[in-house]
Order: sequence, then structure tokens, then C-alpha cells
Amino acid sequence: MQAKKVTIDGNEAAAHVAYRVSEVIAIYPITPSSNMGEWADAWAADGQKNVWGTVPAVVEMQSEGGAAGAIHGAVTTGALCATFTASQGLLLMIPNMFKIAGELTPCCLHVSARAVATHALSIFGDHSDVMATRGTGFALLASNSVQEAMDMALVAHAATLESRVPFLHFFDGFRTSHEVLKIDSLDDDVIRKMINMDAVSAHRARALSPDHPTIKGTAQNPDVFFQARETVNPWYQKGPAAVQATMDKLGELCGRHYRLFEYVGAADAERVIVMMGSGAEAAHEAVDYLTKKGEKVGLVKVRLYRPFSVADFVHALPKSVKSIAVLDRTKEPGALGEPLYLDVVTALNESLAAGAGPFKQMPRVVGGRYGLASKEFRPAMVKGVFDELKADKPKNHFVVGIVDDVTRNDIAEDLHFDAESPKVFRGLFYGLGSDGTVGANKNSIKIIGEETDNHAQGYFVYDSKKAGTITVSHLRFGPDPIRSTYLVNRANFIACHQWTFLERYDMLEPAVKGAVFLLNSPYAKDEIWDQLPIEVQQQIIDKDIKLWTIDAPVVAQKTGMGRRINTIMQTCFFAISNILPKDEAIQRIKDAAKKTYGARGDEVVKKNWAAIDLTLAHLHQVKVPAKATSTVKRPPVVAKEAPEFVQKVTAEIIKGKGDKLPVSVFPADGTFPLATTQWEKRNIALEIPVWDPEICIQCGKCVLVCPHASIRQKVFEPALLKNAPPTFKAVDFKGKEYDGWKYTLQTAPEDCTGCGLCVDYCPVKSKTEARLKAINMTPQLPLRETERKNYAFFLGLPEADRKTAKVDTIKGSQFLQPLFEYSGACEGCGETPYVKLVSQLFGDRALVANATGCSSIYGANLPTTPWAVNKDGRGPAWSNSLFEDNAEFGLGFRLTCDKFKEQAEELVRKLEAKVGGELVKSLVGATQKSEADIYEQRQRVEALKGKLKGDKSPEAQLLLPIADYLVKKSVWIIGGDGWAYDIGYGGLDHVIASGRDVNLLVLDTEVYSNTGGQMSKATPRGAVAKFAAAGKPLAKKDLALLAMSYGSVYVARVAMGANDAHTIKSFLEAEAFPGPSIIIAYSHCIAHGINMTNGMQQQKAAVTSGYWPLMRYNPELQGTEAPMKLDSKPPKGPLSEYVYNETRYKMLTKADPERAKMLLDQAQEDVNARFKMYEQLQTLSFTGKR
Amino acid sequence: MDLSTTYMGLKLKNPLVPSSSPLMAKLDSVRAMEDAGAAAVVLHSLFEEQIRHEQNELDHYLSRNAESYQEAMTYFPDLGHYKLGPDEYLEHIRKVKAAVKIPVIASLNGVTTGGWIEYAKKMEAAGADALELNVYFIATDVAETGAKVEERYLDILKAVKKTVKIPVAMKLGPFFSSIPNMAVRLQEAGVAGLVLFNRFYQPDIDLEAREVVPNVILSNSSSSRLPMRWIAILFGKVKCSLGASSGIHTFEDAIKLLMVGADITMMTSALMKHGVWHLASVREAMGAWLEKHEYQSVAELKGSLSQRSCAEPAVFERANYMKALASLG
Repeated sequence: MQAKKVTIDGNEAAAHVAYRVSEVIAIYPITPSSNMGEWADAWAADGQKNVWGTVPAVVEMQSEGGAAGAIHGAVTTGALCATFTASQGLLLMIPNMFKIAGELTPCCLHVSARAVATHALSIFGDHSDVMATRGTGFALLASNSVQEAMDMALVAHAATLESRVPFLHFFDGFRTSHEVLKIDSLDDDVIRKMINMDAVSAHRARALSPDHPTIKGTAQNPDVFFQARETVNPWYQKGPAAVQATMDKLGELCGRHYRLFEYVGAADAERVIVMMGSGAEAAHEAVDYLTKKGEKVGLVKVRLYRPFSVADFVHALPKSVKSIAVLDRTKEPGALGEPLYLDVVTALNESLAAGAGPFKQMPRVVGGRYGLASKEFRPAMVKGVFDELKADKPKNHFVVGIVDDVTRNDIAEDLHFDAESPKVFRGLFYGLGSDGTVGANKNSIKIIGEETDNHAQGYFVYDSKKAGTITVSHLRFGPDPIRSTYLVNRANFIACHQWTFLERYDMLEPAVKGAVFLLNSPYAKDEIWDQLPIEVQQQIIDKDIKLWTIDAPVVAQKTGMGRRINTIMQTCFFAISNILPKDEAIQRIKDAAKKTYGARGDEVVKKNWAAIDLTLAHLHQVKVPAKATSTVKRPPVVAKEAPEFVQKVTAEIIKGKGDKLPVSVFPADGTFPLATTQWEKRNIALEIPVWDPEICIQCGKCVLVCPHASIRQKVFEPALLKNAPPTFKAVDFKGKEYDGWKYTLQTAPEDCTGCGLCVDYCPVKSKTEARLKAINMTPQLPLRETERKNYAFFLGLPEADRKTAKVDTIKGSQFLQPLFEYSGACEGCGETPYVKLVSQLFGDRALVANATGCSSIYGANLPTTPWAVNKDGRGPAWSNSLFEDNAEFGLGFRLTCDKFKEQAEELVRKLEAKVGGELVKSLVGATQKSEADIYEQRQRVEALKGKLKGDKSPEAQLLLPIADYLVKKSVWIIGGDGWAYDIGYGGLDHVIASGRDVNLLVLDTEVYSNTGGQMSKATPRGAVAKFAAAGKPLAKKDLALLAMSYGSVYVARVAMGANDAHTIKSFLEAEAFPGPSIIIAYSHCIAHGINMTNGMQQQKAAVTSGYWPLMRYNPELQGTEAPMKLDSKPPKGPLSEYVYNETRYKMLTKADPERAKMLLDQAQEDVNARFKMYEQLQTLSFTGKR
Repeated sequence: MDLSTTYMGLKLKNPLVPSSSPLMAKLDSVRAMEDAGAAAVVLHSLFEEQIRHEQNELDHYLSRNAESYQEAMTYFPDLGHYKLGPDEYLEHIRKVKAAVKIPVIASLNGVTTGGWIEYAKKMEAAGADALELNVYFIATDVAETGAKVEERYLDILKAVKKTVKIPVAMKLGPFFSSIPNMAVRLQEAGVAGLVLFNRFYQPDIDLEAREVVPNVILSNSSSSRLPMRWIAILFGKVKCSLGASSGIHTFEDAIKLLMVGADITMMTSALMKHGVWHLASVREAMGAWLEKHEYQSVAELKGSLSQRSCAEPAVFERANYMKALASLG
């Protein structure tokens, strides 16, 4: 029977097998493995059964450590188990991995291998996580491709039962986990035959059971631990043979044969590369090409890395081998070499010493690193390595794929080398995230893969920003299997779905001669040429590129598709590339649209179909003139005023040329400059707010809620208007504080994302035209130039004096400079207004510990960083440690600050004679409660420094570097609900119980937003989330109540959109409270499925409905009055009025109306009951006095 | 007492028919209506907007930001199957049909001849005994003539008639230049019944918020004067059935409408005010009144005070206006 062809990605391939052979699956989201857990959860929710006819139990845990613990328990009690993870998640599993392996318990982990965070976090693929588990005793089995991800997943599950050695099956994160490839699927029959049921029975028989009790997990002493530890050796010795036997069985059943070490290349090869993972496929392609040219080269693909079989390895090598390059996709600083290299050297030495190898003389072996964090690895680099092996003394411990101009140990790639078959179609598609390009391309790959004999591959490069994102789809198809595990770098079809990309990206650089360029253009076909930048025109002429154009937005508009031009561009692609006959192609695209959107209703399908039908009439080929004549030039990526680092490094990354930057330009310890988002002018807003000073009441609310600090207000002396640009607007300030001054409200036109949150929140309505407010959304393009100048002038105006600003009001606080600006967060983000507020109120003396998640990504994902500095060079000092340890990390900041302050005070006192008694007294006794106090203390510290200048005494030398800690520091510990409620809760709990003066800000979106909306313990009852597809059955954890239970923690629950003054009050109180404070902030989110423009309205609805009661608990009030204050009114109107504005709730009413109703009723009960409880709490005095 | 009547060929045990309203969305309340004596029910409307927008909205939010950011391919689980407005509605028809014995009239509300028309057929397949088309159209385009607006009604009716065999009624608003002419043309296009009238809900203004807000005001008995006049005028001029709708709260209101020629008298506001059981008291009182006034049947009563049959036909016309003013004195 022929295997079913499927076009899927590596994650789905591995999850397919894991699901079908497991009974218990524990999951936790982490990029890039989240999808495996999501698949398992979705299949279970859908009632799909494993090969033995039962639906596996899929359970989400609070962390990967929790998942590993649960799996350990489940395998110990005899279940067949799997889990999925990567990177930091895998590190959290290590303690249990030692246990599971030490107990010889069959178990499978599937890992989409990803870089471990070091100098920076990276979500991309390499083997540093897997290599960190080498000591655990797990077998390490590598898959190099999507097909192998499915096949090896099965080998792992079968072999762990046969061998009793637990398995970690891994494949490269993103490159394999997210690559879509046409493969042969394994059907249930094959899967069932692969699993030895006797081994399953034996596993059950060994299990912990009160019906035949045993004991595990004893503690052992020096007398026996060692011997007992050595007992496992026979299983490891037999392990490789068991795996090979399993592979052979798979070969018999499905015709795909695998070896523990697979050799490809010339039988008489002299130069051989040894490696594992997806890079081996690119190397395979290079070796095929080179051997055809007569070169004596070969490749050993390592599949089973642990237990390492020396005999199998050396016998895989050709006898003729003279030199070997071992490539590791990991880095071990300080080691003799990377792990695979060391193992190969040892294996060769041992077998030579034992006379067991196929050759008499030790081949020369060198090791090198490649591909860290998904760095491209292409055949040209393989060629570079093979060329190096020809040298008399080839470089050892080299790197390939980057320019290392510091250590000078890099091997250059052969830029002219192209191992790809000319029969392969290679396409690049540049799309906007919001236009659906990737989805359509995935459909195209499926169509080509499943409807033609072609092999097909799709790989997608996504954005690290969340608003105005760009995606690049890399598509290949051709008659032969595709091993090109690298980006398309020589394209014969390039599509640009967004005209503005022409200014920002060099899309035609990879175009081959005669390539097709499909351009979605707002201009008519006769006008296009003159609108193209001259650089693009020249490339089109030089490369003889065929230019096609479509006015996709017009087609989309006519057919109700809005901004989604995906099926339109897809239709153009099929029409131009002629892969299928026109009518068939159109039918297939329609079928795909129906399959994708059908469940969402006929209307959605119909409009897609209408768009497909209308497309071809709008598709035109443009006649290319012989000469480039355009007056349009690509603008510089960053302004010429930008600092050197931004010019040299940041700008190159923004351009997409980061791969070409050498090692020397980077800081050695991960320290990057702040305030660089200001140089990345993204111009993503179609409309921006424009101020109407006549009706504005100068309340500052728009400034407060702007998620991107892109609308700002200032007050200034009228004389400063002298050099204002002609269209700059300013009016008299309304109020007493700045009497006689001017007031202005200004938009940052190129940084605004156009979310409209500010306009929606503006409380003013025009008296003559009620639809108009004091700010109104207006098309950006015509305003760009003038507003750019106005904004530059605005920035030059002096910032407000912090000493006199009324920081406890909306208006006053919003004169403070935001030190968090233009982040990459989603349009209309509900988190960033809170983060920005922290930066305004306390930024110039704040340290921020940021948990991994949305806020660490929009807070610090390169190329640019939104955390900024003021004119004095002060600003929030920010760092991200991990996801799970953020509270502890921030506590560490506090401990340092407190220690330094104490030490500085001790030293100041010691130096009293020199410093002067008065200054010592005021320095040490300063209360520092207000901005004015802070200012004065800073002045005192400056005076202190002045007095100690040139003082060589040990006390002065110790004091000077820490003198600034005499000024109060504000420690903020920021993260999302995934951190606070789940993975970091243990630490959070400990830190709030520490009594130390830290401020925790929980940006509560009620799901894991950054990884795509998985349920957390903050997810409310009745909401649909990933891992809670049937609607979460249990209520949200009341974190505020838990924190209050200590009685010593300041607690606030806020929602800016419901009561902005309450938010500011809470932030100020929390910071002023001299112990731990926690603020739980309602953060609307795209994962709620709302119109983000109305996010603040939805916050208000949450509070009005009673769902999100505003409250504060101030321990300082204990003994005088009830410390808890309920700050919002009793529930008004039914909960449904709030929740059914949101897709996360509403979708359940469509999928399962009865359950939705049941959960809504229960949730309404929750709301009523909790409000009653809070009403009672606010009357309690919490005093122990009798 | 024979209270029976015939509406669009459906034999009804009495002329009391609860009209299309949100009350119909609950199976229990439809059952209660039957128990209270309703002769038939017109289900709540399936709106063209509901068909279109609900699907588009779900698609929009499920697709938004999908496949655009490297750590999140989507933000929601795909639940695979959704009972969207139309499906839910069709299922509701099936459930109602299974639960009650009285005829069930489905209601379709829209303003174009777009794809939503095909739901008429699906409603028929789901078991609806008849269909009420509610063309809730407010002309706002200065270029659209009255004739064009009338065409729209006819086009929708014809499009629906092409797809179904069950009788189709049309619920009209009162804002036609010539209601009799419109009625006749609709009859020619195949309409089986006319429901007079649709009360277009008028928006209100929230003065403090300075916002236009929906503000549904329930009818009262005086609202029934409008259908009373026009049914009186139409009776005998058209062959199709006439349903009276708007302002029927009491048995008196119902009897008046029957007298001018209505085949059925429809109620919503009264049921929302007093509860479904109000129907029973109206029916009882209606029977008592007929008995007291020695009527044998509703058929005997029907049209007895229509323009054709009343003593002074002009009272339904302009002359009535002069009189009414004079009476204010």
C-alpha cells in the first residue's frame, strides 16, 4: 500500500507519532515546540484516538519542570508517555531526566532544538539545549528533516520500550519544526506494528502499583550508590543495536531505511564531514553535487548520538578517509572542542588503539561550529569546509557561516557555489503579517505537494516585531526530493505583497537572471515604472527581470476581503508560474480556501472565491524600459544623526543584512545600547491622530494610553515657539501650574502604529460634529513630512521639570518623559501603557527585571530597544534573565541596591570629617518621598562626589562607585501572567514574602500571549484558549487575594481603561510602600479577539461587569483603618455584556452553546460571589489586637 | 365559537399569532405560546447582517495576527466547527418543529438579493411551514428613487419565490407612496401574505453622552391605528392574506383589526409586557366578545368594517383627517 502523502511541518510530523503511541502527554508552551503540544491538545479535544483506541490524557503543566515531573510519575506507574519542549524548557526537565534514565524507564521527549539563552535569548535552532542533557542518560536521536521527524519519532517510541533507555528525539527548531515539506505519512498499522507489545507489558509489569508494590527513589550511601549506578551499563551497551533493529523494522514496513550513522558520498572519499541535524541535508546536497563532479568527499549523518556506538561510527566511514571535519551546532566555551568533535576524536582513537577500525592511520580530525541560533548553513559553506580540509594544516575549532574577525578562525563560504538543481522552482514572497501571505503559501505548497508529482517545501521567516510585521515565504518545488534546508538565496520568482517594502528591503538581490517579479502596486501598470526606486529599476534591467503587477487592494476591496490579499496574490503566483493548468489551479485554490475557511461560514469562502475569480483581470505584465530613469531613491535606513553603533550595526540589522556583520562589531557580554527604537522609523500607520487644539481640554489621557509613546504633550514658555515649523500647533496652557505657558500635543508620525486607542479614549466631542474628537485619525502619508518636522521640533522642547510636575494626576504625570518608546508591541497593546507609566513615574531611578514573554520581546528584541534615557543619561536599567526566575532576579537587584546603600551610608559616616556633618546627616537621613526630595538627594550626592574628588583614601575609593545608591532606587519586576501565575509563581510567592522593597507588575492578559494564547491559571472560566479549547472549566486564580494573605504586601488590582486615576494612584502607592508590592494590571490583548482600538472600553466593561474589581490593599493602614479598599462599584449588568464582546468567549457559544451557557452562568456566580467577599473584606480591620 | 382562520393557506385554530421577536429564540417560550393558545408562530429573524457579519467577524479575529509573528502562528485553538447564525437558526427551526404542533413561520430579514437568499431554501428544508420576509430597508441615498426601492422589494421576493415552495409573506413598512399599488405588485410577484406593518425601531439620542443609541420602545394600542387603516383599505383589493401587526395588545385591538379585514392578528409587545400567558386571556376575551355580540365565527367578523364594508368609506381617507382635527375643537 502506498503511503499517504502529506505536506506538514516537523512539529506536526513528530506530534503525529507521539500522540498515536502515548497514553499520557504533559505539555507546556515554549517556542518552537509549542505547536507539538497544541496539536496533541487539539487532537485530544477532538476525541482522536491513539493506535490502541483511546484518547491520550493531555495535561498542561505550570512549567517544563512540572511537565517532566508529571511524565516521570506517569511512566513510573506504567503509562506510555511523551512530552515536547525546547531550550530553557529542556533545561528545566534535566533533573527528572536523570531520574527517569537512572530508573531505566521507557519515555520519549520530542525536542525542537533551540539555542539556550546566554548573552541573549534566542528562539532559534541549534543543539545547545540537547547537548546540555548529555549527562542525563537519555538516548539522543537526531532527525534531519521533516520526514525523519516523523520516522525517528516512531523509532524513539519503539526503541525506548525495547531498550528501556529513555529517548530524547530532536530536530532543529524552526528549520525542521516549522518547515513544511511533502512527506510520506506513517499510518496506524505501521505504527502499531512497530511497537513491541511484549515490551509494553514488561513496562507495565515493572510499574509502581499497590497491587504488586515496589519502592523506587531510595537514598543510597557511599557504600553502594556507585555500584548501583553502574548496573545500567548493559542497557546502554545494547542500546544502539536495539535502535538499529528498530530502524530496520521501520525500513521493512515503509521502505525508508536508516542507519545509526548514515554515510553518503564517494566510496573512496578522502574528505568527510560528520554532523547531525538539518544542516546534514544541506551537506548531503553539496556532497551529491561535488561527487558528481568527481570530488572525493563524503558525509556521515549522525542519527543516534547517545548511546554512541564507536563500532557503528567507524565502520560508517570509508577506508579511504584522510581528513574529517566534525561540525557542531553548539558552543562550549572553554572546552577542548564541541561535543560531537570530542566524541569523534575519542571514537577514532579508541578504535585505532584497539585495532578495530577500518583504517590503519588516524585521519586528521578538525572541529568547527556552524548554525548557532538558526544561522544559515548552505552548501556553499559545506564547500568551504571541504576546501579547508584540502589544506596541509586545516583550521581547527573553526566557525563557518559568519565572519569572525576577532579570533580569525572562520572558514569562508564559496559564494559562487550553487548545489541546487536547476529543475527546482525557488520563490520568495514578501508579505505583511496581516495580509495572510504565509497562510496562502502554506496552501500553495499543499496544493503543489498533494496535487502534482512535485516535491515541495515551504519555509517561513517571521518578524520579531508584533505590529506591522513582515513575513518572507521561501517556497521550493521540483521533481526530486528537496534537501535544501536553507533559505532561498537564488530566486526565480519574487513577489512583493506590499509596495512600501521596495523602500526598505533589497528584495531583488537574490533574483536570478530572467526571474519574475510580481508586485502588488497601488499604481496603474503604465505608471508603475516611474514610481519604482531607481535601484530597483536598475536591478530589473540588469537581471532581465519580468515584471508583473496587480492592484490587489482594489480586488480585495471589491470582494470584501479588506486587507487580506493572500488568495489574490496566490492566484497570481499560480497564473504566472504555470505549475498547473489555469482552470485546475483556480479550482485548487478555491478548494484550499474552502478547506481553510469553510468552518467559518460560506460567506468567508464566497468572498475568497470572488477575489480569486476577479484576480486575473487585474494581473498585468509591465513592459520594462531599457533605462533606469526614476527620481525615487531608497531613503537611508536610519537618520544621519544616529550614533555610530546604530549606523554601523543596527541599520544593517534593520536592512536585513545582519548576517554579514562580523564578530568584532558586537559587544562581548550582551550589553547593548538603549534608546534605539527612535532610529527605526517604521511608518506602519495608515492613519495617525491629529490634534484639534480648539476643543482639547488638555487632560493627557491620550498620552497615558498610547501603547507606543507616540503621542506626547509638553508645556513650554511661549518664546520657544520662535523657531517652530509653520504647521506646529500650540495653545495657551489651561490651568494654574504652568500659567502663561504654551501647551502642545504632538504625534510621532513615523512611530505611531495607527491603533486609534488614543482617539477612542479621548473624552472630548466636537460640539458641531459629534463624531470628531480632540484628536482624530487622519491619513498618515500626506502628513508624514510636515509632522516629522513638527515632531523633531517637539522633541527639542524642554522636558517637564520633575520637581514641580503633579505626578499624582493624569495630566501632570503625562508631562513626564516616557523612557519606554516605540516598542515592537502589537497595535493597541494593553500592556505597554502600564510599562510606559512605570518609565515615566520612576524611570530615571528604576531597575527593571523582566520575565521572558511579550514584554521581554517588545522590550528588547533586536534590532532596536525601546527602553530609553533622559537628557541626563538616566533611565530604566533593564534585563531579562529567564521566564521562571524573574521575581528572584529582581530581588537580586534590590539586595544589591540595599547593600550598596547601606555600605555607602557606612562609608559616608566614616568620612564625616571630610564630608561635613551636615551633609552626612542629610544624605543618610533623606526621606526621598517626592521628586523634589529625589532631586535634592541627587544634588547632595553630587556635592559628596565633589568633596571626595581626588581623595585616595580606601573609604573614598570604595564609596565613589556606589555613592549613587544613596539616591533611592526603584526596583520593578515585570512580567505576564504565565510567569506570575504559573512558572514563576513559586519565586513570586517567595519574593513577596521577603519583606524587601520590590514592585511587581503583572501584565495580566490571562493567557500566554507571546507563544500564541495558551491557557494559564489566570485564564478565566469560560474563555477559550489553547489547551482549553472547550472553554476553561475552572475559575481564574485570585492572585491578589493570595498576596493579601501575607498582610505585609501592598496589593493593587488595576485596569487603566476603567479608572486611569486609580491606576496612577496604585502605582505611586506601590512604589512608595517600603516593602513588597504587587500590581495586577488588566491588559487587553489580541489573544482576546477584540477590536484593539476599543481595548480601553473593554477594560471598563470588565470592571463595570464586576469581573475585574479594582482594589488596593495597603498594609500601612493596618491598625488605623481597613487596609483593603474596594475601588469599583458592584457589578452592573450581566457578565455576558462584557465577555461576549470577546472572541475568546464568543467562539464557545458557536462551537458548544450549551457548555458556553453553563460556564457563563458559573462565571457570573464567580463574579457575584467574589464581589460579595471583597465587600466583606474591605470592612475587616486585619488587626491582631484584641 | 369558531375562532379559526386561514393565513396563506395555513388553517389556523384562531387568529392570534405571536410575531417575530427575540422571545422565539427560546424553545421553552415557543412551547408556552402554543400552550397559551397561539395559532402559529413567526420565529425571530435571521438577519442578512448576521449571516454575513458573524462569519466575517469570527474569521477576522481567528485570522488576525496569525502566521505573522515567529513565536505564535495563531492566537486561538481552531475548534473546527462552529454553529454560526444560519446553522444555529436552522437547527432552531428543526427543534421548534419537533416541539410544537402549530405551524411555524420562519423569518428572513435583509435588504439585498445577495447570497443570504439561499437560506430561504434551507429554512424550508428545516421544516418551516411558511416564510416571512422582512425587508428592513431605510433609503439614505439621494439618488435612489422610490421606484427603485419598490423594485428592491419585488426582486427579493422573486428571488426567494424561485427557491421555495412554501408560502411567502412579506412584512412591509408603512412608508410607500402607494401601499395598494405596492401590495398588488407584490401579489403579482407571488406573495401569499402581507404583514402590516413593520415598526421600524427609531434610534434615540443619549444627551449626556451625545451619542445615537438604540432605544426599543414597545408599542401600545394606539400603534394599531396605522395597520387598521391600511388593512381596511386593502381588504378586498388584494387576494393574498393580510396579517395585522403593531399595537395589538388587547382583545379589543385584535377584534378591530379582524373587523377591518386582517386574517391574523400578531403580537409581540403585549407578550413582552405581560408574559406569554397573556395570549390565553386575549383569546378567551375575544371568544366572549364574539359570543356576546352573537358572532358565530371569526370569518363572519373579518372585513366587516373594512373600507369596502363600512358605512363611511371616507373615514379611512383624507376626510377622516379633517374630522379628526375638527373633533379636537
